[in-house]
Amino acid sequence: MKFTMLPQVFAQMFKKPWTNKFPAKYQPSNTTKYLQNVSEGKAKINPPIQTPKGFRGKIKYDKEKCIGCKLCIRVCPCGAIEFKEQEKKVKFYLARCCFCSQCNDVCPVKCISMSDEFLLADADPYSKDLIVE
Amino acid sequence: MTSKKQITKTTYQLPIGPIHPALKEPVMFKFEIDGERITSVDVELGHVHRAIEWAGMRRNPIQVIYLAERICGICAFVHPMAYCRAVENACDIQVPERADYLRVVHGELERICSHMLWAGVAAHEIGFDSVLFLTWEMREKALDLTEYLTGNRVTKGILTIGGVRRDITTEHLPKIKETLKYFKDNFEKLRRIFLEDKTFKLRTQGCGILTYEDALRLCAVGPTTRASGVKKDTRVDQPYAAYSDLEIDYMTPDILTGKVKGDVYDRIIVRLLEVKQSISLIEQALDQIPGGDIVSEPKIPKLLSIIKKTAGEGIGRDEAPRGEVVHYVKFDGEHEEPFTWKVRASTYNNILPWIPMLMGNQIADIPIVAASTDPCMSCTNRVTIIENGSKKKYMLDKEQLHRLSIQKTRRLMK
Repeated sequence: MKFTMLPQVFAQMFKKPWTNKFPAKYQPSNTTKYLQNVSEGKAKINPPIQTPKGFRGKIKYDKEKCIGCKLCIRVCPCGAIEFKEQEKKVKFYLARCCFCSQCNDVCPVKCISMSDEFLLADADPYSKDLIVE
Repeated sequence: MTSKKQITKTTYQLPIGPIHPALKEPVMFKFEIDGERITSVDVELGHVHRAIEWAGMRRNPIQVIYLAERICGICAFVHPMAYCRAVENACDIQVPERADYLRVVHGELERICSHMLWAGVAAHEIGFDSVLFLTWEMREKALDLTEYLTGNRVTKGILTIGGVRRDITTEHLPKIKETLKYFKDNFEKLRRIFLEDKTFKLRTQGCGILTYEDALRLCAVGPTTRASGVKKDTRVDQPYAAYSDLEIDYMTPDILTGKVKGDVYDRIIVRLLEVKQSISLIEQALDQIPGGDIVSEPKIPKLLSIIKKTAGEGIGRDEAPRGEVVHYVKFDGEHEEPFTWKVRASTYNNILPWIPMLMGNQIADIPIVAASTDPCMSCTNRVTIIENGSKKKYMLDKEQLHRLSIQKTRRLMK
């Protein structure tokens, strides 16, 4: 056959799209209004695909367990961790985080872990959602 | 001002870059154009110097791994791999055998991702977008598997000095097997589309030829040189990790077609064969994988103090999807930070072979020929065409150049 892609293209016409349409099947005419409707329960979000086990998402921090050894600050490749001198605890700026989970590996008391939360887009890099302490 | 008679006999100059569609990273080409034919090529480099090595010399060796990962988005495994091997070489750290096998699995998975991505981009460059979507759909499976094994799709963060950070357990095996089976089932489909479709043959056969002698003379690496028949592959020549235990051979186009032409079509063949080889390498590695530790020194503070005491230099090489990568590291024995860090990426060697490849081709062939070496470069916008001798000047943007490419495909189909 000369055009080997042709049968594939025809077959594709009768198949469902492979992409998961997230967050809505069609682009809403007004995104802010759509999100408002979602929060009020009027509209529904097309759910994202499940993240696999061991996914590196937003950092979770157990403040009680932390002993303030500063090892995480020493290995963090992007300087996303700040030390609070008075409390002897740390503060994570997720806007700078590269999600390598090196701080999890180095922590001697395992007070840091990674969750599966990945929807972290925000207009303000220092918003409440993007700072873990 | 030259006389009119002279103008009729001069060639045009066509500067492409520093920013351009087929070149995914800034690089400057200066072409001499005679009508549609390219008569002379000159390349200028250095537009995207990010001082990444300088930044690395101010960070401790663990932090540099993640910096090395970001040298190139698609080679997010091979750069840290070469860096880790350089540090292991300098500090005399022995990697456990199991970690060596795991490194092979992740390295080959990345090769599949990279070659699939390239195949899609090559199809896009000749205006065959349905193939782009087909290959990227398959690539998505490889990315899903990467995410499942490492925790992220692209920046894997799997390597550390002296081993790997995550193990592959029996729980992971079914999904790996399923994905590899998917690739094997779909490989024939991909092969038929890329090697038998008339559109591909029209645009790639006899286009962008790199001869065996030129490939040797200009030190081309990776699939670019293997497509010209040069048997050069770091995995075979100087086996690292677990490659010496696995069955691996040079992939040259004559395995499939019986002869070597060194054109873009041959580069497609080499990459397709390498995808097949990578699948078999992952299977072999998983069959033969021994038990044991996955990292030689799990305590990072201790590892850092070992490195701090080391005075010496090390070199790390490995075969990236595009060719050989070399990292050089030197420690002075007083500081934690590397005293020197030098990176040589594979595309650096594949820049000069562009000159013989592009010579004699048409303007519309520039995107596919330049993309055929899989240049590791960032994306583009426009081309300025300046008519020599007069002050007329016009610009070709990405869309127009792409349209020229599509028009040529249409013309050839008639």
